[in-house]
Amino acid sequence: MLAAGQRVRVKLDWPETRGPCHIRTPHYLRGRTGVVERHLGRFHNPEDLAFARAAAVLDLYHVRFDQPAIWGEGASGDAIVVEIFETWLEAA
Amino acid sequence: MSVLQADSDKLLTAVARLLHEKNIVSPDEITERRAFTDAANPGQGARMVARAWVDAEYRALMLADGAKAAEALDIPMRGMPPLGVLENTPLLHHLVVCTLCSCYPRAVLGYPPFWFKSAAYRAKAVRDPRGLLADWGTRIQAEVQVRVVDSTADYRWMVLPVRPVGTEGWDEARLAKIVRDGDMIGVTVPSA
Amino acid sequence: MEQDLPRAHHDMGGVSKFMCDAVDTTDHVLTDFDRDVDAIRGLLGAKKVMSVDELRRGIEAIPEAEYHRMTYYQRWIRSIADNLMARGVITEAELRAALEGA
Repeated sequence: MLAAGQRVRVKLDWPETRGPCHIRTPHYLRGRTGVVERHLGRFHNPEDLAFARAAAVLDLYHVRFDQPAIWGEGASGDAIVVEIFETWLEAA
Repeated sequence: MSVLQADSDKLLTAVARLLHEKNIVSPDEITERRAFTDAANPGQGARMVARAWVDAEYRALMLADGAKAAEALDIPMRGMPPLGVLENTPLLHHLVVCTLCSCYPRAVLGYPPFWFKSAAYRAKAVRDPRGLLADWGTRIQAEVQVRVVDSTADYRWMVLPVRPVGTEGWDEARLAKIVRDGDMIGVTVPSA
Repeated sequence: MEQDLPRAHHDMGGVSKFMCDAVDTTDHVLTDFDRDVDAIRGLLGAKKVMSVDELRRGIEAIPEAEYHRMTYYQRWIRSIADNLMARGVITEAELRAALEGA
């Protein structure tokens, strides 16, 4: 399990290009690096629930990202915090 | 033409009839469910905020487990997603959005408002949050960090605003009256 | 920049074409249609006929031009009908017949 404060990268992956899918990781975070805020719990994978398939239980994290770094605009110090499943995170 | 492109009112009538015929959903159940959903409103969340402003123990419970804190005030949470509570401070302001759909803390605030579901809100909140707040006339000082919470998964999020100055000595009921839905999403801040 | 990203049309965070307009902050009262659709979705979820994830998948499957023409709950009822057929709860023939009489 990932610990609070750990740096992580969101996978740079586009399942949208490979056929029907349901993705809960916003496009603007793909490939971005952030910091784990905390573990939120374990929940069924929505990517399978959406198709009424058997769904694995996954760790869900709150991950914090520097807001201006994502857009190249914004106020220094502002942040975006997003729920992301373990399958979308890799060590950074 | 796909059957799914039928007129929406007709689609509703047809689906409701089929669900009734198949004993899956009855018209009475729809009426009951509407009444249950209509009963949730921003007044519920406002009661939680007011209690947290006057009761440190309750505040700690609310920040640790929003659903338990809601249930402690007799707000029904059965079957509802976990509720996370985001604590604003004089140096930190939270703003909740769902860029992928419209996840909203319905158990404590009721139906999501039109603006929360709009494309403009969903686009702007993560990219230009301070500009978005200006659409409400809300200005957050430069030294205050804005944290946008994009609600993408199993939690629902509400904001615990800072208790406004000028409310010293107010009781809970009076405090609850000044807390609006926007304050608990972070597009506005309460004032005395 | 974002034009190069293969984002799905419901994935709206930061998308330039939605950034220019001020948000309509006024109240919009829900109609009976809206409340009925909302209630049916809630009941189908509680009865495990259809999950909220399936609702979302069905909404995301609506072609982009139609998606933007439709109201929020119009998308919902379309997704509900789509999912009920996908699950085999109702058939397309049953739905067509029921629409004739609607």
